[in-house]
Amino acid sequence: MTLLITVLAACVATIVWYKITPNSTMGIGFLVLTYWGASLMWLCDAIFEYRELGAEFFTPSVEDMINDIFLGFSVVALGLIIWLVRLMIKDPEGKLKQNLSK
Amino acid sequence: MACFLVPTGEAIVTTVLTKAFKSKEKAELEATNEEISEKVSSKIPFSKKLSWLNNMLWGGSALLAFEHVWHGEVVPWFPFLTAMESPDEASAMLHEMSTVGVSMAVLVTAVWGIMVLASDIIMKGDAVSKIKQ
Repeated sequence: MTLLITVLAACVATIVWYKITPNSTMGIGFLVLTYWGASLMWLCDAIFEYRELGAEFFTPSVEDMINDIFLGFSVVALGLIIWLVRLMIKDPEGKLKQNLSK
Repeated sequence: MACFLVPTGEAIVTTVLTKAFKSKEKAELEATNEEISEKVSSKIPFSKKLSWLNNMLWGGSALLAFEHVWHGEVVPWFPFLTAMESPDEASAMLHEMSTVGVSMAVLVTAVWGIMVLASDIIMKGDAVSKIKQ
């Protein structure tokens, strides 16, 4: 479920990036690559787990699934926080500086 | 256990390489005349392509590290990895790093390679269509 949620987040971020690029200075590309990087890594993890567990991999317990969903959303939130902190530090349009100097 | 350490290690190496390539490209751009620099600008600099790999590796490793904290495999006190507490677990961790960790790094790098190839083909096609116009 964590992999699935991260892949969905990566797809949404990619669609947003495609829609607003190249005029945007928001650095959505960073978020896109972060989510895809994590998705690829979890895909690898899932392949190894599948090799170990077989078909059981696709039938997790309800408790495990809830934990994985919770983790998936937390990961997406963490990705967004990292991106926001980067955006505030880079402040490409100088809006933060403008607001602070008011 | 600690599979994210392998892509993190690769990210450190690619970050250093990106910085080196960036300064080399900057020096080259300053040394060439305007005509050549125009030609160069139609190509994506290699440092920019490497930065895509950096973002995938750093971002992916950070989110994976969070997952390890979630599962209690990484802790904020020494030795930071719970698998380091017993030799058996440490050996299992090293095995996981050499299989899952290396596969993660290879997969991300392979996908990046495809991205670079695709971007080169797109830019080549763009340059040809500009010449035709």
